[in-house]
Amino acid sequence: MYTQALNSSDGDDRGIEDAALAAQFQARIDADERIEPNDWMPAAYRKTLTRQISQHAHSEIVGMLPEGNWITRAPSLRRKAALLAKVQDECGHGLYLYAAAETLGTSREELVDAMLAGKAKYSSIFNYPTLTWADIGTIGWLVDGAAIMNQIPLCRCSYGPYARAMIRVCKEESFHQRQGFEIMVTLCRGTAEQKAMAQNALDRWWWPVLMMFGPPDQASQHSDTSTKWKIKRFSNDELRQKFVDATVPQAEFLGLTIPDPGMKQNANGNWEYSAIDWNEFKQVLAGNGPCNRDRIAARRKAHEEGAWVREAAAAYAEKRKGRRLAQAAE
Amino acid sequence: MAAANIEVSETPLVLYALRRADDALILGHRLSEWCGHAPALEEDMALANMGLDLLGQARELYSYAAKVEGKDNDEDKFAYLRDVRQYRNLLLVEQPNGDFARTMVRQFFYAAFADLYWRAMMASTDPTLAAIAAKSEKESAYHLRHSSEWIVRLGDGTEESHRRAQDAVDHLWAYTGEMFAVDDSERGLIDASIAIDPAALQPRWLKTVSGVINEATLSLPSNNWMQKGGRSGSHSEHLGHLLSELQSLQRTFPGATW
Repeated sequence: MYTQALNSSDGDDRGIEDAALAAQFQARIDADERIEPNDWMPAAYRKTLTRQISQHAHSEIVGMLPEGNWITRAPSLRRKAALLAKVQDECGHGLYLYAAAETLGTSREELVDAMLAGKAKYSSIFNYPTLTWADIGTIGWLVDGAAIMNQIPLCRCSYGPYARAMIRVCKEESFHQRQGFEIMVTLCRGTAEQKAMAQNALDRWWWPVLMMFGPPDQASQHSDTSTKWKIKRFSNDELRQKFVDATVPQAEFLGLTIPDPGMKQNANGNWEYSAIDWNEFKQVLAGNGPCNRDRIAARRKAHEEGAWVREAAAAYAEKRKGRRLAQAAE
Repeated sequence: MAAANIEVSETPLVLYALRRADDALILGHRLSEWCGHAPALEEDMALANMGLDLLGQARELYSYAAKVEGKDNDEDKFAYLRDVRQYRNLLLVEQPNGDFARTMVRQFFYAAFADLYWRAMMASTDPTLAAIAAKSEKESAYHLRHSSEWIVRLGDGTEESHRRAQDAVDHLWAYTGEMFAVDDSERGLIDASIAIDPAALQPRWLKTVSGVINEATLSLPSNNWMQKGGRSGSHSEHLGHLLSELQSLQRTFPGATW
């Protein structure tokens, strides 16, 4: 890795050189230039981005599970096709993001191993279960809605490969969001049972979705440098507020009640929401959410049971290479 | 109250479209069960992709069956409100996913047939079936390429993958004969050039399949006894479980719109 090579070089001017490079780097960031894989970057910038992009990738992959849970039970062929296409998109997002993370010098295998070992995180939201079909609509509407709020600013993130991945991801994500909202509209215009199913899903997902934006600003450990480096352009609380303000009228349109009796609109037009249960958030991140064990177990099972397939592919590729070389030598 | 089964007027053309639609739906459903559980992310995408193609084919064929039948049935009623005895798919496509080798060999046997079948059906005198064939043929060519490559990788990969691939071939072989069978209801459609005679495809299918199996260092079983029954609703025990999952919401909330 470039930074390591620099850091291990001899000479007393090393610190000065780094300081000069760091200043140049910050000047490029301040001028809104994009940082590319071969450019010099501070080791901490590389580390933060590797963490963030890989967690983002893991989230896409683990996120296939709660929705995948309903593919075989989707209530119409149209919904089934849309859901299958959506989960396929998510897998694609995971692949873009792993590729973006790999430009920072860590392999996808290492990153995936860290996730399977429980050392790398994924979004807290995917540790909640999908209990009814309405959960699929709610995930599209709220979870993808929140993801878009988070990801649109990332399209202007200072690291080029991440920003470009986000542009592609956001296009598909907004399609998913509309699709989810349409499921909700259909349920809310349907039978009393369907409407109740929709309300119940909103009741269960609302607070976990607000937690997706991360801890409150005064408790967020990554924000200062991330803001300085233009990885992050809005604070957690700013994005959360934007999301709530956008979502309240949508819930009204659906005729659903947001499960927060204390919610009120202030003089600025913003919706003030009640206190979030940050203890629940901490517990979920610590592995104690309702589905943490199941999600990791499912990913590990796929990885372990697929080992012989990956080994077969590698062995065959090796044999083919050997045969080609032998042929060429003849 | 569970939703009642629909009644279907199985005229030869309705039955014909339903049989092909059921093949595509059930195989697509099986592939969708892999979602999130495949050996590699690339394969998760490929399996979902093929499942989606098949689901698309099923929807077109069901819609056509509904149009020909001219009652108030539609794609969802055909899919969600017929029970095991009314389903008309091949026994091959309802076989469980098993390990990755089982899934790929099942896919390979079917795709090697579907590729020839849809290409031949492009000449159907029925313009809708010919149009569906023209679209499906492009998809099945991809499915065949993908599954053939995996059969070779697995057969000529490691000892374990070879063993699993051979086991899958041996297990699924008996379900391949049904693809080439013709009954009275199809005979008339074949005579009218609406349908093609699948028996005529068998030599070419065998040639494709043998070629790939040989390249994969695998062998075809010598026992050529073939199981049949799917076309007339006599299925394996696997289909009932698949349908109870597929149909659960429509059965629980009769008449709702989703």
